[in-house]
Amino acid sequence: MSILEVKNVGKRFGGLQALSEVNLSVKENSVHAIIGPNGAGKSTLLNCLVGKLIPDTGSVMFDGQSVLGRAPYEINQMGISRVFQTPEIFGDLTVLENMMIPCFAKRDGAFELNALSAVLSQKDILEKAEHMLEEMNMADKRHMHAAAMSRGDKRRLEIGMCLSQEPRLLLLDEPTAGMARADTNNTIDLLKQISDERDITIAIIEHDMHVVFSLANRITVLAQGTPLVEDDPQNIRGNPKVREAYLGESA
Amino acid sequence: MDAIILQILNGLDKGSAYALIALGLTLIFGTLGVVNFAHGALFMIGAFCAVTLSRILTLSHTIIDETQKDFLGNPLKVEVPYVHDMFGQATGDAIIDWAVPLSVLFAIPIMILVGVVMERGLIKHFYKRPHADQILVTFGLAIVLQEVIKYFYGANPIPTPAPAAFKGSLDFGAMLGFDPNLIIYPYWRIIYFGFAAVIIGGVFAFLQFTTFGMVVRAGMADRETVGLLGINIDKRFTIMFGIAAAVAGLAGVMYTPINSPNYHMGMDFLVLSFVVVVVGGMGSLPGAVLAGFLLGVLESFASMREVIDIIPGINQIIIYLVAIIILLTRPRGLMGRKGVMED
Amino acid sequence: MFNLNKKDLSLLIIVAVLTLFAPFILNPFPAGSAMAQFNAGYPDLMQRFVIFGIFAIGFNILFGLTGYLSFGHAAFLGVGSYAAVWMFKLLSMNVIPAILLAVIVSGLFSLLIGFVSLRRSGIYFSILTLAFAQMMFALAYSVLTPITGGETGLQLALNDPRILGVSQTAEGNIPVPGLFGLEMRDSADLVIGGWVFTFNVGYYFCALVLLASFYLAIRIFRSPFGMMLRAVKSNQQRMNYTGLNTRPYTLAAFVISGMYAGLAGGLMASMDPLAGAERMQWTASGEVVLMTILGGAGTLIGPVLGAGFIKYFENIFSKINDNVLHSWFSFLPDGLEDAVVFIIHPFIGKGWHLTLGILFMLVVIFLPGGLVEGGQRIRSWLKNRKTKDNGSASHETNPAE
Repeated sequence: MSILEVKNVGKRFGGLQALSEVNLSVKENSVHAIIGPNGAGKSTLLNCLVGKLIPDTGSVMFDGQSVLGRAPYEINQMGISRVFQTPEIFGDLTVLENMMIPCFAKRDGAFELNALSAVLSQKDILEKAEHMLEEMNMADKRHMHAAAMSRGDKRRLEIGMCLSQEPRLLLLDEPTAGMARADTNNTIDLLKQISDERDITIAIIEHDMHVVFSLANRITVLAQGTPLVEDDPQNIRGNPKVREAYLGESA
Repeated sequence: MDAIILQILNGLDKGSAYALIALGLTLIFGTLGVVNFAHGALFMIGAFCAVTLSRILTLSHTIIDETQKDFLGNPLKVEVPYVHDMFGQATGDAIIDWAVPLSVLFAIPIMILVGVVMERGLIKHFYKRPHADQILVTFGLAIVLQEVIKYFYGANPIPTPAPAAFKGSLDFGAMLGFDPNLIIYPYWRIIYFGFAAVIIGGVFAFLQFTTFGMVVRAGMADRETVGLLGINIDKRFTIMFGIAAAVAGLAGVMYTPINSPNYHMGMDFLVLSFVVVVVGGMGSLPGAVLAGFLLGVLESFASMREVIDIIPGINQIIIYLVAIIILLTRPRGLMGRKGVMED
Repeated sequence: MFNLNKKDLSLLIIVAVLTLFAPFILNPFPAGSAMAQFNAGYPDLMQRFVIFGIFAIGFNILFGLTGYLSFGHAAFLGVGSYAAVWMFKLLSMNVIPAILLAVIVSGLFSLLIGFVSLRRSGIYFSILTLAFAQMMFALAYSVLTPITGGETGLQLALNDPRILGVSQTAEGNIPVPGLFGLEMRDSADLVIGGWVFTFNVGYYFCALVLLASFYLAIRIFRSPFGMMLRAVKSNQQRMNYTGLNTRPYTLAAFVISGMYAGLAGGLMASMDPLAGAERMQWTASGEVVLMTILGGAGTLIGPVLGAGFIKYFENIFSKINDNVLHSWFSFLPDGLEDAVVFIIHPFIGKGWHLTLGILFMLVVIFLPGGLVEGGQRIRSWLKNRKTKDNGSASHETNPAE
């Protein structure tokens, strides 16, 4: 049963055909990696999934509903959460507040004029946020300003924020880019744990083959804006087409 | 037809002022990334350069003319400007008469100095601060500058006439074959428009044909890369600010015969010039110039009796109205580039 | 109490004490003494303190929380004033319906202007609000003269209908604004020794409204809504990708702050029943920005402090003249005295705006967090010095042991 169906998606920027005839099917509860050399259109594809870009052709269905033409916040409310390449968190707010905001979004929807009750009286939200912080091993940082944390911690926080929304699909955009090896391995472990313990589908765009092969159970290779092959990791490894696409890069 | 031509002409001089101020604003914004709310004050300072020079030129000493008697029969006291002593009466009078055009020479070094001091002393420290802080600090500076001018020159407008040679008007209509006196246009306004055209052309040529200008243009397109090339951007920024200040100042100098300068003229023009910049497209020099003239002419059309009769008050709000519509339908303005302040 | 935590409650109590005892606090010098000119405890000025305090509190809900810098907020204050005066003209001199209408009308205006302006952010938003406000100012000044009174402003007249009140009093005067028989201009003087303290009905009415506004602002700051507004300022992208629609949040903040401005405008008209277009000019908008920044944008108490500070010094500075200066510096040798007076002269009296501009720049340059940040810095500096003293003391004893 596939949760995300991308059919025939094409996107053109001026003279550049960034995506053409992209077909992709992400199975529920799988970890699906989308890989490809630089300029293959990975980020463009991702932006088409979350509402930042609208493709020129084709359809994107999430759980039987089209996401096209919807604003990012609407798509998020459908159950798709996104983790950015550089962690996007609320730097001026405390870690705990960061964690509470997605909890509010989950409980109250896209907008709620809740201007007279105190944040601290929202016991359910507080509990949920605290619980999530503990799960992410950052309960001791709850009163820290989020901007003051290390990059690895920011990444953990961002993933935790996404998870607290209980999304059905978690999209990650090169989550380990620019990280040290130790941080990368921590992130891999965290994502493994998430996919094992939760009823969640993960789609990950990644450059680092170590990350991809440690996590993914399905891989789509994108090259020049179009899918080259979609297969299981062991088959991808030996695929000559993939080697060709990555010529010069370590596959 | 004649009415249309007349309104276009009427719009040109105000449009020229808008265009010149907007050009400087855009130069500063495009190169330095700073939103300068004190730019109107530079325009005002320019205008007061003209006032100052004409006061300097008319500085006089008193002599007693034995050949003339006043009504009491005493020898007449006569104020004689120092320029008479220096250049003789005829030349001296001509110099005083030509105070405003001469102020252009006087204002250039002053305005560049003011600009450089402003950039080095204040603006420099705000490159990395949020736009809101830049707006606020330059807003504060604008208040200070205008109050200083008010302190020294008073609150009333100071008439600063054009040279007598340019006092009349050109019967433009007659030249085009209309009836005489249908389209008349004061000489000084023609000069102002021509002057603006020369300055604008000069700035564009400077940016287009000099190495300096090329670096500045590259900087406007992609500041970081140019910085990485090891070019001393800082110094160029300072010079750029000086040039922008000079452009605004000269616009002010030449505007004095059209509107007697007062201390708040800068603020009045600033708000409109900002609107002009936004309409033209933040960071686009041709956009700023185009929008300046366009809005100037549009404002002049909205002031026509016939238009006001249909939509009362339209002349007061037309520029803002256009700005609002443009911002909502074409957020980048008429000629704005992608990626400039799109947040 | 009041559903506030301890810290916020004490803040509210401090503000309550300050405003309620303002006639004492602001009149520290005996009447008729040389220092009496520094007294600020007269009704007109105290009313201005609290009214601008309300204006700044509201502005801070928009600017302090969401970071959207509106340069046209004075327009809502002006609209509120006009609405209130019209209520006095048409309905009655009771201030309650006038203020209610002021809040509603300014709320509607801010809804409309906010809806359009908030489609853009950053500097574009600032310029859009500025354009709207200037447009309203220009219209109020010219075409809308039948509604706004144009250049002279909107005033009460003897032949106004006032359907629930009287067109004119028995003595043939225009009635004055009041609250169920209590006239806003009524005052009682309390004379203690050389001191005179004035208690004014209008001031206390405004002060109570200020306390209510301040309390409401605290609640908003501490609410989930307030947290969302801070999140908007911090990272809109993350907001959007967390399933939150930022636009209604910012619009709500804009309308709330517009209504605060309208409330301030309504109060202003209630204290002195006239309204003029100059209240809407962009310099007036700049003033509220300044108050908020000076006090500390994004803090609760900051805007109140900023408004009080600016209005107080505006009053004091405007009153000082050369004679006063000469009397102050008379202890100096004559030449030096003249020189000092000469130097200070541009900054006082009519030069207040110059001082204000300089102050504005200094605050933005050196103290972007405003007075509140300044206070915090001093406190932490004192603390550091204390611990340092202790630290060095213990350090010295160590080797001896």
